[in-house]
Amino acid sequence: MQRSMETPLKRVRGLGSAHAGTDHFWKQRATALAGIPLTIAFLVIVLSTVGKDFATVKATLAHPLVAILMLLFVLSSVIHMRIGMQVIIEDYVHEEGPKVLLLMLNTFFAIAVGLASAFAILKLAFGA
Amino acid sequence: MQGTPSLVGDLPHCGIAQVWVVKLSPDIELEEAMADSKLERARPLSPHLQIYKPAMTMVMSVFHRLTGVALYGGTLFLAAWLIAAAMGKGSFEAVQWVYGSLLGRLVLLGFSWALLHHMLGGIRHLIWDTGRGYGVSERALLARLTLIGSLVLTVLVWVAAYMVR
Ligand code: HEM
Ligand code: HEM
Repeated sequence: MQRSMETPLKRVRGLGSAHAGTDHFWKQRATALAGIPLTIAFLVIVLSTVGKDFATVKATLAHPLVAILMLLFVLSSVIHMRIGMQVIIEDYVHEEGPKVLLLMLNTFFAIAVGLASAFAILKLAFGA
Repeated sequence: MQGTPSLVGDLPHCGIAQVWVVKLSPDIELEEAMADSKLERARPLSPHLQIYKPAMTMVMSVFHRLTGVALYGGTLFLAAWLIAAAMGKGSFEAVQWVYGSLLGRLVLLGFSWALLHHMLGGIRHLIWDTGRGYGVSERALLARLTLIGSLVLTVLVWVAAYMVR
């Protein structure tokens, strides 16, 4: 006997009423876990540039290993912070209009910051 | 009397000072209960901030959210630094000057503490995700370790920064 209101197809997909299931939950945990070593790497990289002149900093950031770690840190962080801020918006903003608007701005912000940072890192690594 | 509100008492787990619960006898019908205006009046609203006794665990939970929001805004400083470096010597030195000023250093100090605090708070969350660390003393210990750890690590990072300078 079917005990819930869900159709068997719905149940088998396991995505529930939000249609995305636990996707955000897992991404938030995955990026949190990745964030631990990446944050440490980020702090070490930034520390190594303190007080250095432009040419030295540029050379550091252009090093492939540094550039890759910075890219990973930025990518992981912006995915993580977009989901995190979405939770906060959904907690406090209940009116449909403002909520949708803020969720959109949140997405724009995360993508803009991520893309701008990634572009800058790549330009430093490859650029003239 | 049926439907009498009663004081359950302290729930230290989430920093609650007092919890009121309306007990309904099993024989009372829901409609009857809803119709009882005295009961309606006695019904608690969703609890507000003022009634909570601040507990370390609760403050740490709020800190996690606040530092998350601060870091969200702080990514702009990272982006600005990277873009300035990508643009060239002039813009990079301008940004370095701003970040090196007293105000700039204070903001960076806050950013580094927020990052370390949020990271340790995140580790605490990841421990909880495994189903561990929910005991009374464990929660208190994790909260304390998060705060003390973040302060100690921030000092270490800044000592290192002044040493390599
Ligand atoms: C620049 C880096 C980071 C930013 C911008 C950021 C931002 C955020 C934001 C906005 C939230 C939502 C807070 C809330 O719902 O109360 C959040 C949650 C979270 N963050 Fe971060 N975060 C960063 C780094 C990290 C790191 C390195 C970790 C490593 C452990 C981490 C672990 C977590 C966890 C586990 C949550 C979920 C907490 C919960 O379930 O309530 N975050 N983060
Ligand atoms: C009856 C008392 C409370 C209960 C049962 C409660 C329960 C919870 C639960 C289950 C979560 C999600 C799990 C977690 O992320 O840790 C949470 C998160 C949160 N709570 Fe509460 N809470 C209470 C009081 C408060 C108060 C008084 C505040 C603010 C002043 C607050 C602020 C937050 C924030 C900001 C989060 C998200 C950040 C985080 O996850 O760490 N809570 N709460």
